[in-house]
Amino acid sequence: MNETHHLRRMTTIWVILSIAADLLGWFVLGPHMPPGRMTETAYHDQIDFNILLMVALPVVIGVWVYMGYAITVWSAKRAPDPVGGDAARGNTRTQVLWISITSVMTLAAAAFGTWALVVDHGSGGGEGPNPIWAPSGAAQAETAAFSPNSGWTPGQALPVQVIGQQWKFTYRYPTFGGFETSQLILPDNATIVFNVTSLDVIHSFWAYQLGVKADANPQVNDVAYTETKQLGSFMVRCSELCGIWHGAMYNSGQVVTPAAFQSWAQQTEAANAANTKLLPPFAWTYVPDANGANGGYYPDGKATPYSSVEVYGSKNPAS
Amino acid sequence: MTISAERPVATSGGATTTTERVSWTQRPGIWSQHLGTAIVGAIVGYLLGHWLGNAIASSYPYIQNSGQNVIAVTLGEIFGVAGWLLGIGALNYPLAKMAGRQPGKEVDVQGWSKYFRYSTNHKTVGLQYVVGVLLFLFTGGLLAMAIRTELLNPTTHYFSADTYIKIVSEHGTVMMMMATSIVVGPLGNYLVPLMIGSRRMAFPRIEAFSFWVFTAGYMVIFSALPLGGFPTGWTGYAPLQTQAGPGMIGYLFGFAVIGMGMMAAGFNMAVTIINYRAPGMTWSRVPILVWSLLATSALLTLATPTLFAAGVFGLLDKTAQTAFYVNEHGGSAYLWQNLFWFFGHPEVYIMALPGFGIVGEILPVFTRKPLFAYKVGAAGMIGVALLSFFVWQHHLYQSGINPDMRPLFMLTTELISIPTGFIYLVGMGTLYKAKIRFEIPMLFALALYFNFLIGGVTGVFLSDVPVNVTVHGGFFVLSHFHYTIMGGLLFAFMGGLYYWLPKMTGRMLNKKIGLWHFWTMFVFFNLTFFPMFIIGLLGQPRRVFTYAKNLQGLNDFSSVSAFLLGFSFLIFAFNMVYSLWINPQKAPANPWDSRGLEWQTANPVPSYNFERIPVVLSDPYRYSEPGAPAVADLGDAGLVHAAPQD
Repeated sequence: MNETHHLRRMTTIWVILSIAADLLGWFVLGPHMPPGRMTETAYHDQIDFNILLMVALPVVIGVWVYMGYAITVWSAKRAPDPVGGDAARGNTRTQVLWISITSVMTLAAAAFGTWALVVDHGSGGGEGPNPIWAPSGAAQAETAAFSPNSGWTPGQALPVQVIGQQWKFTYRYPTFGGFETSQLILPDNATIVFNVTSLDVIHSFWAYQLGVKADANPQVNDVAYTETKQLGSFMVRCSELCGIWHGAMYNSGQVVTPAAFQSWAQQTEAANAANTKLLPPFAWTYVPDANGANGGYYPDGKATPYSSVEVYGSKNPAS
Repeated sequence: MTISAERPVATSGGATTTTERVSWTQRPGIWSQHLGTAIVGAIVGYLLGHWLGNAIASSYPYIQNSGQNVIAVTLGEIFGVAGWLLGIGALNYPLAKMAGRQPGKEVDVQGWSKYFRYSTNHKTVGLQYVVGVLLFLFTGGLLAMAIRTELLNPTTHYFSADTYIKIVSEHGTVMMMMATSIVVGPLGNYLVPLMIGSRRMAFPRIEAFSFWVFTAGYMVIFSALPLGGFPTGWTGYAPLQTQAGPGMIGYLFGFAVIGMGMMAAGFNMAVTIINYRAPGMTWSRVPILVWSLLATSALLTLATPTLFAAGVFGLLDKTAQTAFYVNEHGGSAYLWQNLFWFFGHPEVYIMALPGFGIVGEILPVFTRKPLFAYKVGAAGMIGVALLSFFVWQHHLYQSGINPDMRPLFMLTTELISIPTGFIYLVGMGTLYKAKIRFEIPMLFALALYFNFLIGGVTGVFLSDVPVNVTVHGGFFVLSHFHYTIMGGLLFAFMGGLYYWLPKMTGRMLNKKIGLWHFWTMFVFFNLTFFPMFIIGLLGQPRRVFTYAKNLQGLNDFSSVSAFLLGFSFLIFAFNMVYSLWINPQKAPANPWDSRGLEWQTANPVPSYNFERIPVVLSDPYRYSEPGAPAVADLGDAGLVHAAPQD
């Protein structure tokens, strides 16, 4: 069998399997791929994943088909003696083609990833304190965060602060008086501005179905955006090792109708008012010390500050 | 070249012919320096350091609630390692020189006791490393079994959360430490001089030092367990690191110690390859494994100092109250992440490149074809090594640092798949119209191409920032790097052992048991780790002791497969014992019909490898080429055509 026949056979098998795998991947698996379609960022992340999958499947199948063919056809029991010499040591056309194809694919993947990152405003990933790709309304939301009574109306972006600490996430709603709760309730059809920080070690806020992941660093405000599109509950997990109970650091949140959200937020603000007074004022980050995060409600029963010497006497705990 | 002038006159059949004082490390009998004195040195050193720490800082920086004085623990570890090195004799030469005395004569010890001594013979060090890395591998593997046991059930726990996270951390760190040296140490030290036509490594004492400091690192990292363990995983992120108890000292100092060994090994390897090539061993004739080890050595030498510095900064934060990683006092937790990954990503390629080199050696022998696109392969390895210094922040996509740099790191990370692809070009090209012999080394080489493809392609998913949002920090990334490191490097290492152990030990490994080993390892490796991609995509983060109930089926499948994967290593261990001791079969001088220069020496390899430095006439891959030039002129042994022509 001459060279052309080998390549033609392999190519035929490869094309058939690749088309089948891609069709299966796009139409059967694709719509169910994580993180789902609950938000705009999740939807884009899913499309991004599926497009990479469409490219990856033919690559993997190509190498496997080639290897399978080689193992079957060119085994020592069957194959004629190979030919050595210069022709077997390299082939300029093959080498140039290989390098060109892999280079084009690689550059295309990088360009596509960058495009997806920019148009989707960071794709739900943590963009640090000064995001450069922000959705419209995000800036106003950040300003509104310091107007504790500004509330939220449909069409506005909603700022939510995520505070990680060993070993739970809590959420502050700065436009609703800055109340803090362990429930994460979000309105549907709204841009959400997550401001993620930590009080102790590094955590990572991973709202799986929302397509949002941002590290919670102490003294850093890591901002991530998303836009809710579907009602329902979603899972929140810590995805950065944060100590012994890292595995237990999870809860769930809910996307509800705008009206239900407003009702919940107002009720919670009222119910938590007494506690909210004792919290440190809303800030992008908090510096915990012996007095707590910028002061607060601590063991001596007073608000802030308290004297650790008064409380503990000479056995002053380390600050 | 004047290498022959470097042959010491002191040896002739192992006996000294001069009356010069022989170094304590090479004196016969128990009254000398050996593993026993090293252990005594380590214990005495630890106790002395611990006492000194308590004496000089008796009440100052006790770690809260630990009952341990951090200064005492740190000094104990430092003095313990110093005692270990002093006990084995690593410091004899420099100390004698510093004292103005003539160091003891170093001779080549014969007999089995040489494996327990500070030997400067590269073949002894290579075999010492084989045992050393297997010890690392098996202890790390036992910890992996513990992890998979815990993950059998999301609600019934076999370990406490505290114990579990310490097991996870210890497993990751031990395996990473092992993987940095698994090829450079055993195969690199043993084979490089033979492959390039040298009688020795450039710096034999540094070579021996790298092994004994590697073993010291093993003890330091395991000393973390009795000190309470550490909860940070192998990445050791601050502030969790700052918060952790005295076990963290074991991690920080352990990496610093292992780092010293890595730097020493890499530096020695690079100098040897550059300067000790035989006449005629031009760069276009250097075996592909040597190219891969040169690229790896560059990474070991240039990236590891960052790890060492990072570890020392961490130790200073814990002991001298500096604030390198303490935000509140002006430091930055990001500093650790940057330093760690600036080392950590080149390290990933330290753990990939040698595997590519091994399969590059194996393929031509078992296909009877020249290595396809050899120069492209060598360029690919150098390209990977260079690019690996420019990708580290892809570990920090979601960290909030430098978000505007993400497109750049996405580009550099994806660019690295171009030179990595060269390795596939080499492999697939060599398979073309070949005559494949399915011996055990070849099976492992083919398995690398199968496994690493999955690892490499999933790496492209991880490098894409939008997709990274979902897959970062979960089981997807865990599976990805197990596919590259275990599926790539470890499979290549196993292939390398089956291929070269006949040269190293003079014994063939049993093929039938080898087939059982290969197939169980290959099948259960894939059955263990492939489901983890799905587990990760379904939302399970890494390093958790509990997970969503609906993921139990997949986790159980993975765990049971992992136990069987562990069993495959027992088959390998049995094969080693059976083939080397129970039923040893003498290996032919060149059992695979290889043209490699390393196969042209006598079996067992003489103390100085080559009676006369060979003159290399051709590259080692000219299989199936009628009239191919001889590989080398070995002097009295004549021209070596090596393998019979097919």
